Amino acid sequence: MATESVAHGITVTEADRRSARRRAVRRRIGNVARYALLTVLAIIVLFPIYITIVNSLLAPSQISARPPVLFPTDPTWGAYSDAWNQGSMSRYLVNSIIVTTLIVVGQIVTATLAAYAFAFLEFPFKRTLFLVFLATLMVPFEVTIITNLTTVVNLGWYNTYAGLAVPFLATGFGAFLLRQAFLGVPGDLRDAAALDGYGHLRFMVRVAVPLARPAMAALAVFSFLGAWNQYLWPLIVTKDARYRTLQIGLRQLRATSIDQVNVTFAGVVIAALPLLILLVIFQKQLVRGLTAGAVKG
Amino acid sequence: MTAVRFWNRRRREAGLGYLMLVPSLLIFSVFVFYPFLRNFYLGFFRTPPFPGLPQRYVGFDQYREILTSPYFSNSMRVTIVFALLTVPTGIILGLFLAMLANQQLRGIGWYRTIFSSTVATSVAVASVIFGTLLNPQVGLLPWLGISTTPSILENPKYALLAVAVTTIWQNLGLSFIVMSSGLQAIPDEIIEASEVDGAGPIQRFLRVTLPLLSPTVFFAVVVGSIVAFQSFGQIDLLTQGGPLQRTNVLTYAIYTALRGEQNEGKAAVLSVALFFVTLLLTIAQMRILERRVHYGD
Repeated sequence: MATESVAHGITVTEADRRSARRRAVRRRIGNVARYALLTVLAIIVLFPIYITIVNSLLAPSQISARPPVLFPTDPTWGAYSDAWNQGSMSRYLVNSIIVTTLIVVGQIVTATLAAYAFAFLEFPFKRTLFLVFLATLMVPFEVTIITNLTTVVNLGWYNTYAGLAVPFLATGFGAFLLRQAFLGVPGDLRDAAALDGYGHLRFMVRVAVPLARPAMAALAVFSFLGAWNQYLWPLIVTKDARYRTLQIGLRQLRATSIDQVNVTFAGVVIAALPLLILLVIFQKQLVRGLTAGAVKG
Repeated sequence: MTAVRFWNRRRREAGLGYLMLVPSLLIFSVFVFYPFLRNFYLGFFRTPPFPGLPQRYVGFDQYREILTSPYFSNSMRVTIVFALLTVPTGIILGLFLAMLANQQLRGIGWYRTIFSSTVATSVAVASVIFGTLLNPQVGLLPWLGISTTPSILENPKYALLAVAVTTIWQNLGLSFIVMSSGLQAIPDEIIEASEVDGAGPIQRFLRVTLPLLSPTVFFAVVVGSIVAFQSFGQIDLLTQGGPLQRTNVLTYAIYTALRGEQNEGKAAVLSVALFFVTLLLTIAQMRILERRVHYGD
């Protein structure tokens, strides 16, 4: 900074130079303070995750040690194989992947179809039907579980993938999000496509969907997180390890390994790892998905 | 001739439109609207104490009885206190971290990743981590100089607070991401202009940043409150509604009525209450807060 003021000028005085130097020093102190604050906060945020990983690597005898072991000097991986095999975490992981995939794909398909109809087609009661879609956003899922449980049992879907996924195969939010994106497709494109003999389905698949890709990705992220993190519904419609998802599996693992905290913690790491990896790879899409609707525009 | 063809085309278009809405509407009818409406009906019937006996129609008696009971008012109070403990703190912390990380510093990307990291945790992951760390057997709390009898999660004074802290931590990543994207949407020129005008950092925050950020904050308050009112997993994993019902939020009360007490009628009344409370809260926030939101042009 000091050199800058020199470069600028013909009329640089000694006082100018001194105050510039003082400003540079102050900025450096400010930066050190900023880094210190950022680092302290980062440590606080990460501490629970760190201590989880540390504890998952300890031998059972070390866990209740006082003072606690904050660095694993000789890590053991036994807890991971216990959680993965006897603890059924491998099975829970597969179940979560299956159920989440069904829900994400299902929501994208149903929302795309509905959004296309609302954006490009004319039919009686369109406005009313759109309001019906929006009305679903006002009904918290928790409020529907009593009858949904009965319905799922009556359909023979208790403790099945269908029971876990089918109630979530449609999304009012997704239909709304994609409709907004489709409305942004220029009308000229529709006319041009019609001249080329494109029907609605071909236009949807070849033109509208590719143009709405950012909104599609945002919806995919949003549904993925929702489906992956579900807790209440999988808790009440599953009864054994064959269909339990990761979140409910973790509850089960903790209950069965009460005196083996390291196994519970290994299960936590296994349960959190898939999302953590996706977060690192898809950070940008994730942010867009999470903030869809939050920021104006 | 052409008129006939026109009408045929219109009819075909309408048919296609309805066809595209059918998948979503089918799911919504079966798994959203029907169970939602059936709650009101179920609330009129008292569930017999033993399965197999007939349901008894009691009109509004059951509604009156439950909604005026101390059990319900306690549950309502806990739900509101929980929302008040988690939503404002979560937003303020997220905004604070977002402002700190919104600076041009080398390596700031690392801090951003760390501050977003808890978005990769689910409610179940966070609750199992905190539940285990708060367990006095694990030895972390005594080491930090925190020891209460009974232990924190069994202590009527601290249990809800502990659940709230867990929730705030789990939501911090999301809050940080939402607030950061809000901050980044503010044009740099506006901030710079206010700097040139000689506004200090606090004035700049209150007069410039906060008003421009108000749509994001508004969104976070509304969605955050809805989510807080539907919290379930952390209660199930940390306290099961106890001690002395101090953490018995509405969703947990519904779950207990449904699975524990096998009392559909009671669960239905509580669900109706949860629906109206959420609805009124959302409307009130829209009315009160939206007026203060600055949407720019």
